[in-house]
Amino acid sequence: MYFLDLFCQPGEFKGLPYLQRQIFVLFIFMKFTCLSKGGGFHFPPCHVLNVCGFRILFDCPLDLSALTIFSPVPTGYRAVVDEKDSDCQPYSTLDSDCVTWKRQKIGKPLDANDLICAVPWYKIVKYLHLWNVSFIDVVLISSPMGMLGLPFLTRIKGFSAKIYATEVTARLGQLMMEDLVSMHMEFRQFYGPEGSTFPRWMEEEELDLRPSALREVVLGKDGAELGGWMPLYSAADVKHCLQKVQTLRYAEEVCYNGKLVIKAFSSGLEIGTCNWSINGPKRDIAFISSSIFVPAHAMSFDYHALQGKDIVLYSDLSSLDTMEGIEDGYSFLTTDSFSTLSWEESAQSLLNTSEHLEEREKLYYLCSCAADSLKASGSVLIPINRLGTFIQLLEQISASLESSSLKVPIYVISSVAEELLAYTNVIPEWLCKERQEKLFSGEPLFAHVELIKDNKLHVFPTVHSPKLLINWQEPCIVFCPHWCLRLGPVVHLLHRWSGDPNSLLVLESGHDAQLALLPFQPMEMKVLQCSFLSGIKLPKILPLLNVLQPKITLLPEDLRQKVRFTNVNPFSVFHYSENKTLIIPSLKDSSELEIATDLAFQFQWRNLKHENMNITRLKGELHVAHGKHWLHSGNKPSKSNSSKSRPLLHWGTPDLETLLSILSKMGINASVEQGVGVEGSKKACIVHVHDPKKALIEIGDTGTVISAVDENLASLIFEAMDSILDGI
Amino acid sequence: MAIECLVLGAGQQVGKSCVVVSMNGKRIMFDCGMDMAYHDHRRHPDFSRISEYGDFDKALTCIVITHFHLDHIGALPYFTEVCGYRGPIYMTYPTKALAPSMLEDYRKVMVERRGEEEQFTSEHIVECMKKVIAVDVKQTVQVDKDLMIRAYYAGHVLGAAMFYTKVGDSAIVYTGDYNMTPDRHLGAAQIDRLQLDLLITESTYATTIRDSKYGREAEFLKAVHKCVLGGGKVLIPTFALGRAQELCILLEDYWERMNLKIPIYFSSGLTMQANMYYKMLISWTSQKVKETYSTRNAFDFKHVLNFDRSMISAPGPCVLFATPGWISGGFSLEVFKQWAPSEMNLITLPGYCAAGTIGHKLMSGKPSKIDLDKDTQLDVRCQIHQLSFSPHTDAKGIMDLVKFLSPKHVILVHGEKPKMATLKGRIYSELGIRCDDPANNETVCIPSTHHVEVGASNTFIRSSLNPNFNFSKMSSEDESDSRLKDGKFMPWLQVKDERAAEGILVEEKGKRAKIVHLDEFLLMLGEKKHDIRFAYCFPINTDNLEDTKSTDVSSSSNALSVSGRSSWLPMLYIKLSDELSGGNIQYFGEQIQVESFSVSLCLKDRCPYRIVDSPPNKCEAVFFCCAWSIADEKLAWKIISILENRNYGTL
Repeated sequence: MYFLDLFCQPGEFKGLPYLQRQIFVLFIFMKFTCLSKGGGFHFPPCHVLNVCGFRILFDCPLDLSALTIFSPVPTGYRAVVDEKDSDCQPYSTLDSDCVTWKRQKIGKPLDANDLICAVPWYKIVKYLHLWNVSFIDVVLISSPMGMLGLPFLTRIKGFSAKIYATEVTARLGQLMMEDLVSMHMEFRQFYGPEGSTFPRWMEEEELDLRPSALREVVLGKDGAELGGWMPLYSAADVKHCLQKVQTLRYAEEVCYNGKLVIKAFSSGLEIGTCNWSINGPKRDIAFISSSIFVPAHAMSFDYHALQGKDIVLYSDLSSLDTMEGIEDGYSFLTTDSFSTLSWEESAQSLLNTSEHLEEREKLYYLCSCAADSLKASGSVLIPINRLGTFIQLLEQISASLESSSLKVPIYVISSVAEELLAYTNVIPEWLCKERQEKLFSGEPLFAHVELIKDNKLHVFPTVHSPKLLINWQEPCIVFCPHWCLRLGPVVHLLHRWSGDPNSLLVLESGHDAQLALLPFQPMEMKVLQCSFLSGIKLPKILPLLNVLQPKITLLPEDLRQKVRFTNVNPFSVFHYSENKTLIIPSLKDSSELEIATDLAFQFQWRNLKHENMNITRLKGELHVAHGKHWLHSGNKPSKSNSSKSRPLLHWGTPDLETLLSILSKMGINASVEQGVGVEGSKKACIVHVHDPKKALIEIGDTGTVISAVDENLASLIFEAMDSILDGI
Repeated sequence: MAIECLVLGAGQQVGKSCVVVSMNGKRIMFDCGMDMAYHDHRRHPDFSRISEYGDFDKALTCIVITHFHLDHIGALPYFTEVCGYRGPIYMTYPTKALAPSMLEDYRKVMVERRGEEEQFTSEHIVECMKKVIAVDVKQTVQVDKDLMIRAYYAGHVLGAAMFYTKVGDSAIVYTGDYNMTPDRHLGAAQIDRLQLDLLITESTYATTIRDSKYGREAEFLKAVHKCVLGGGKVLIPTFALGRAQELCILLEDYWERMNLKIPIYFSSGLTMQANMYYKMLISWTSQKVKETYSTRNAFDFKHVLNFDRSMISAPGPCVLFATPGWISGGFSLEVFKQWAPSEMNLITLPGYCAAGTIGHKLMSGKPSKIDLDKDTQLDVRCQIHQLSFSPHTDAKGIMDLVKFLSPKHVILVHGEKPKMATLKGRIYSELGIRCDDPANNETVCIPSTHHVEVGASNTFIRSSLNPNFNFSKMSSEDESDSRLKDGKFMPWLQVKDERAAEGILVEEKGKRAKIVHLDEFLLMLGEKKHDIRFAYCFPINTDNLEDTKSTDVSSSSNALSVSGRSSWLPMLYIKLSDELSGGNIQYFGEQIQVESFSVSLCLKDRCPYRIVDSPPNKCEAVFFCCAWSIADEKLAWKIISILENRNYGTL
């Protein structure tokens, strides 16, 4: 609590009442709280930042990997089999034998029957429900994934924050949410409408019966996460939520409350994802979410726009997910090796294309695996919902099919696929340079446009679509949601192909595949797990900070050991961890202020000789606009005109001799009477004036009182006093 | 410093838009158009006025192009590839995508059909476009450390933008061409309320006020329908982009509704290709068109076919879109020659045609003969329909925009001289904004805004933002309710927040100037405040006070005489409230306070501030002690004179 001391450092506000001090602290200091570090591409981190008296929430994701604790909707014949001994039987029939049988299972490895058979609930960020959302002023959404939990917030009464997201993020987020709602419908149809009450599986005694691995997903490690479970929002909630989102283009400026100028810059992770620049009157902040320097589809990471900010909030935690392997194999990074790097070299090292090539390699490998399966007349199932990977795979696979002259249909099955594919072809402004070149040369931005035209790619809303049934051909390649393998068309297709050793399932790594595949055991199907680049790689963090040159950097605690800084850092580093509030001190003791020229011309400068400074009194109207303070010369003719030349504030000690001589030069005769002042102040002395009229000057330690019979004399005496004191 | 605005084109004319603006050391060229009515050097802006020696890279910071029409971009390849400008060029994504087709089309017309010496080659166009940086609407682009530009949606054609440009504290908007009402495929212009020193706006329709366009659209469709029913051919000369798509959406829709099977042709692959661009750039169209992208892209035209030259004299009705729009040459002229002599056929003309073109000749009256060149004359017997919907804003739109932005100064370009003069007068008389309409090659200088940047302490900022409520005419209701209610009108309580920022600007050698709060200032200096105040103790004759008591307060005088001395202060308060207008007079029981001036009963026998000689009947006088500070010097003496007047004046 080192920074608590700072609260009381400037003497001026020691005396302030507590509340006022609190408010003061709020304005001077910045507070940062990490609510969740998230986990992987699909569950981005979530933070709260207090700055300039405003509370900003960064992202509002859902932890969809938690869905794996639910059993997928049974399909076809399996449903009949499951009926016999599954949990979806009415609970009233459970007898004590059954309970003991279950209790024995707790220690055993999980099997499909341990999964919860109920309409799934969804898990939001664990500490978010502990906050009063009505106190949130601004929500910044960096990616479609960071938006999935937003309808939970917007439907709360009292939530009034301004929500910003890029146009594309909002659109893609909307499509993802709509898809989620429509896939969820299948559960509702199966189990019947949900009761509004607490579901049985969440009750304590029920949970106690579940295997510990499952219980941990429900409750979290510390048991605090039960409150984060919510029944899914409705399509109406999604619509309502989208109406509250203000959409932005990249580098579009919005001003919140006159004080914060907020801009989104491309982060390169996906189409439309962004990092944030927040400029206030006191500090400029850059928020960096997971970013990719040279992506193959989205506009690249625009880090130049984040240069020279005071503070960098580094929220790309992707390197944590892939760290396990690095832990012992790689040497730790320190600034030593980079401190010698020039700015240009750092910038260069960021843009090397090795990771780009690596990603291409992965896709090639994936394609070759797919081709192998197809050749053995197996089908390929790709439940990968990352838009970029999905589009590139489509292009890549169709090209490799072409070259190996395999005539196999590609299906995309999702309720939003048609719109999604059409949408990607009308947003050239959001794509990488290479794709934009396609626009300029008049070609479609992505290959899928041609593929659909040539009948090589077929898009269907659901597995039951009549058109699909007519068209269906196996072997084939199917892209469909959802990666958690509990929702959507993938469930049906997995049930269909899980027994076929020639078929291939492509999964994204980083999730618990064992748990995910549990309901589909025994799996004969080949499973290929693949990881894709989801952010800034560890070795690039330091060069990036080197290029950005902030004064303060906030890094996750987990990176403390991984990214070490030497003492010669040009910037200070703070480490944050979940649910702990960091207090960041102010860098400047003053704000920027712009004075209008007409006001500046009214200045009457006074020179203080011994202090070697010029001072002028100034009066105007203060405006806060566009993240800056502005001083204008108000519209009313100021009262101060009359007393403009008259200093209103004096300091110093008056010298009696000088006073008397000045008075006499003015033709005023005075005599001094030392002694006890009227109000008991001992040192006060009194100067009596008799000529030309009666007056009295009472000079004390801290002040002087002038009393004269008329205005003129009083004014003359004031002038005399003014000349022997410093004043303004 | 001033903003210098050199008009190289479209000054008091329509054609070759080009304005060079110098502000705070930056020099920006807005548009680089060509004049289609000329075939000599006059078609290009006079670039030599930018740099005498042709060192354009040094002379210009950047070029900004508002949209892809030739009168806004036509001279760009010439300027970059032949004149050698190599600096950055900014335009929106659609403009960058569509401009090459426009330029290439124009080049072909020049060289292949008209047989002129080419101004630039195809390679020039390609090279030129490589220098272009595409921008998105509302994207804030930092050209360099000081120069910022931002595009705003302008309607007019796909990708048309107004450009906001800011250097330091000076800011201007150059509109290019814009449309304030949405049309079939484009939205209306949209801009933020900005602080502007200068607005440079087009004024094509400086005096025209247009009504709804639906009537005129229906007229157009009726004319086309009538013609094709009668077996005639319809020639629609347009530029490949913009108008062609708008009319085509209109026709497609009509064909669908009326179930017509008559073919609609596009004269070249160019327009077909253009539709491809339009499909990808659908987010730049109107809200209505935009929403259709996923089901059926509005630019997937079902009835449209490619046209072949051999079909010119083929029989049967058809509708043909042909370039260029003003029938200034090229394919539209070729078709025109064939189709014009037949009464069955119809030719539609755009709302505006440059002087000297055949389109212009057809517009002025209904000529039966047209001179194609010195030797050839053509009989024109076909019907002519003039399209009266134009993607330019009308006078009301211009006035609305000027009023909305309220810039300090307006410059009109891209219009006809007499009409511009009328609009200029209106802007000055109705909006009180200075307005110029310079001719080509004239320079207009206007003053620019500047701010002085200083630091400001937290205390100063906080104290300035604190509300400073001013309660004027606060009645002393709770003190003496009954008296006031009976006798006098109850004044309203008026509360004003008169927050004012007051502080001291300190300039120390070697440090940045900083504003501090008064209280901080002394702390900073390490000095102690020495407070100078004024005091004045004076008598008021109690006889007179008793008088007023009985006159002013009749009902409850008994109670008052008991309270004695304590009632004199309320007396003064009432008096002051009557005679001192506007002051914020407050009564606190022990004293009356007006700003820093306070007066209270002086109970001392010998008050040091009792400078005035006591009145003769000393025993009946009551003394009042006042104190104030220098800020309220004038006010204080005024109050004293009011109070003393009571004393002596009523005697």
